[in-house]
Amino acid sequence: MLRDITLGQYYQTDSVIHRLDPRVKLATTIIYIISLFIFDGIAGYVVAATFLAIIIKLSHVPFKFMVKGMKAIVFLLMITVIFNMFLTPGEPLITVWKLTITREGIKTAVAMAVRLIFLVIGSSVMTLTTTPNHLTDGMEKMMSPLKKIKLPVHEIAMMMSIALRFIPILLEETDKIMKAQIARGADFESGNLIKKAKSMVPLLVPLFISAFRRANDLAMAMEARCYRGGEHRTKMKPLHYERRDYIAYLVVVCYLIIGVIAGKVVGMV
Amino acid sequence: MGIIKIKDLVFEYIRRDEEGNVEGITKAVDDVNLDIKQGDFVAILGHNGSGKSTLAKHMNAILYPSEGTVWVDGKDTMDEENVWDIRQTAGMVFQNPDNQIIGQVVEEDVGFGPENMGVPTREIWERVEESLKAVGMYEFRKYSPNKLSGGQKQRVSIAGVIAMHPKCIILDEPTAMLDPQGRREVIRAVRALNDVEKITVILITHYMEEVIYADKVYVMDKGSVTIQGTPKEVFSRVDELKQLRLDVPQVTLLAHELRKEGFPIPEGILTKEEFRDAILKCKELILNRV
Repeated sequence: MLRDITLGQYYQTDSVIHRLDPRVKLATTIIYIISLFIFDGIAGYVVAATFLAIIIKLSHVPFKFMVKGMKAIVFLLMITVIFNMFLTPGEPLITVWKLTITREGIKTAVAMAVRLIFLVIGSSVMTLTTTPNHLTDGMEKMMSPLKKIKLPVHEIAMMMSIALRFIPILLEETDKIMKAQIARGADFESGNLIKKAKSMVPLLVPLFISAFRRANDLAMAMEARCYRGGEHRTKMKPLHYERRDYIAYLVVVCYLIIGVIAGKVVGMV
Repeated sequence: MGIIKIKDLVFEYIRRDEEGNVEGITKAVDDVNLDIKQGDFVAILGHNGSGKSTLAKHMNAILYPSEGTVWVDGKDTMDEENVWDIRQTAGMVFQNPDNQIIGQVVEEDVGFGPENMGVPTREIWERVEESLKAVGMYEFRKYSPNKLSGGQKQRVSIAGVIAMHPKCIILDEPTAMLDPQGRREVIRAVRALNDVEKITVILITHYMEEVIYADKVYVMDKGSVTIQGTPKEVFSRVDELKQLRLDVPQVTLLAHELRKEGFPIPEGILTKEEFRDAILKCKELILNRV
């Protein structure tokens, strides 16, 4: 049962967005997030929203999957909106007790809320259309210039992909240990927070021991298969840009230009 | 000299107490001499703690001898320059299938070894395809390893080693964590490699049924080789094996007990077919006498 869980939240289907190089998707997401903060005024948001809507349409991922990601930030969203509404100085609209809602406050609150929502949906489009594998590959390749400043890029990517591989295994193991400890009379359910935290010890200790043992075995198995770091290594699935990837980059640049111009033009009017 | 030659090998573990003082030295491998011919199927038997796994790790340059020398394909494992050549020549499959699969997709895991060796991309794909086909796992190439059974995972691990084009495969108790079905799958795959691809196989195990097809069997106890020979020769010495706390195959044991009771059955019967023939011969003898 636990072995079936999907990591990240990859949505399996076939679309242009799915087939794009992970580097394109990573770069686009970063550019999109930045664009949300440099675009000004309603015109900018309209451009950003249209762009996002087109990409969602192209990705063939049902919209409800994107909304799922929103649940996690509802709390953050509310705090941002409330603080912005009450604490921005400006022309007062309503005063309740000592708190004043200002016109500027409402404006920034709405702007921030829209930005946050777009940001979350935008990045979930990336994680929904890219396998974790591809994502690590893309990151490794994108960060490879950082090798020059002695950043162990390959090692970081390798660690990430090994972690991803072992999460389901360790989850299953946790489940097994938990059942074994329950059978011996351990109680994971009752008590207050501190008591509950304490009751995790008989679960965590065996889990850690087993994780270290696995790590040791895996290191040996990797060495036995001639693993010696990133140097001299070839790739079974190397990343290379196709025509669609260049087109995608072009589209992103156009989007940026249109967004900035739209903001300026509407601002002048 | 064979593909693997071991001369006067000794390996010592230093036991330490909690303060790190030396408590004593355990000889995990004690004066072992082996010479394994290219293309052979060799089995190394022994109960837990007999030193068989330690011996295996010397053949892949994971452990280095305390005394003596190990040559793999003519190369000394002590020489650091040879390490990667040796690991490529002598591939190793370990016991726990979960702890040796690195890739998140079967085909990526099989490609891991060739990637490390710097094989060009197109050749990696060819090697992955041929090695997955050799162990009968080609249909599963797009699967996540987490969704495979133990026997399937172990076959993927074997494919991962074959993809490196080794001359020799060392399997360190590959079936110890598998169910009987998985055990059969793995042993069948290993035998096919030996028969068809002519890869030297060194199988380390404590399951007697797995060694009856071997060309040569070594039995280890307390770090040294105590019995060696063909399976027939080794299994003729049922009493000695029992002293070493090793089980013999049930048919062999039955034949042995019958022989002790005076039945004219030869020693060292390994398969049910042999046993049947022997019994039929017995019957004829008895009928002739009457």
